Amino acid sequence: MMRFILPLVIFLALAAFLFKGLSLDPREVPSPLIDKPAPAFILPQLHNPKKQFSPQDMKGKVWMLNVWASWCGSCKDEHPILMDIAQQKIVPVYGLNYKDKREDGLATLRNSGDPYTLVIFDADGKVGFDYGVYGVPETYIIDKQGVIRDKIIGAVTRQNLRERIQPLIEELNKQ
Amino acid sequence: MRYLLLALMLLLPVWVYAGEAKDLADDPVIERRMINLAEEVRCLVCQSETVASSRSDWSNDVRQIMREKMQAGATDQEIKDILVERFGKSVLFDPPVDGETIPLWIAPFVMLLLGVAALFYQLRKRRQTVPETQLSDEAQKRAAALLNDQE
Repeated sequence: MMRFILPLVIFLALAAFLFKGLSLDPREVPSPLIDKPAPAFILPQLHNPKKQFSPQDMKGKVWMLNVWASWCGSCKDEHPILMDIAQQKIVPVYGLNYKDKREDGLATLRNSGDPYTLVIFDADGKVGFDYGVYGVPETYIIDKQGVIRDKIIGAVTRQNLRERIQPLIEELNKQ
Repeated sequence: MRYLLLALMLLLPVWVYAGEAKDLADDPVIERRMINLAEEVRCLVCQSETVASSRSDWSNDVRQIMREKMQAGATDQEIKDILVERFGKSVLFDPPVDGETIPLWIAPFVMLLLGVAALFYQLRKRRQTVPETQLSDEAQKRAAALLNDQE
């Protein structure tokens, strides 16, 4: 009997690992920045280059930093979801317009709607680099102490919002 | 005159090419160091390709940042640390051996040991199940006769 059980157990374990592997995205690299303070920076705003923004301004608030660009395809997929987040006031969404041209970024917001409380303009992508951005869109949830609590790589989906973002934000708001 | 013109026209591509890729050749020493280091860094958007060989936008940026940090006097290790801090250890093709990565380093050897142990276990069991038999004199003679016959 043992002759059959052992190979079967080994096979099932292997199959379980391989099956799990099917649902993993090799592009999704776990961010080492989670549970670390959000890197500091000072950058001009997209709409008004004379005004600046620093994550320091957000101390005491739970907020979302969404990295996007006019040239980014999957940013269009998540756009309606960001609009919903803004409309339902789930969390203030701050945009980081990454490696974009100012006029292109502004035109995108004019044409498809602006879900952002404020947009920060990162023309050369240096701040994006400090935040470990390697593919847009990427979204960070930052708590009241200015610590990054979660990062979503790729477009935010409705499922992400329901199962991952909303529960986390509720919890962070209570703290 | 005609040959001179032809020679000038043949030189045209050289003249047109000059001036391109200037920022790459600004400092050959740093450029060489940068390429060597970039060989050890994984392009995160392309997977399984080094930042040195990838032409992706992200790799271009990383190479540019490496250049700038090197010009500012950073050591290779400092630049690696900067990358690991932001993108995780998997950004290096040869990740450091530490608490987090040790299973990856030792797993192949553990599996090899398990395989060898299983093999020895099986061989030993087989020896036990097939007892060595003592042949009687008569059987020995018959066996010898049969073997000789065959030859």
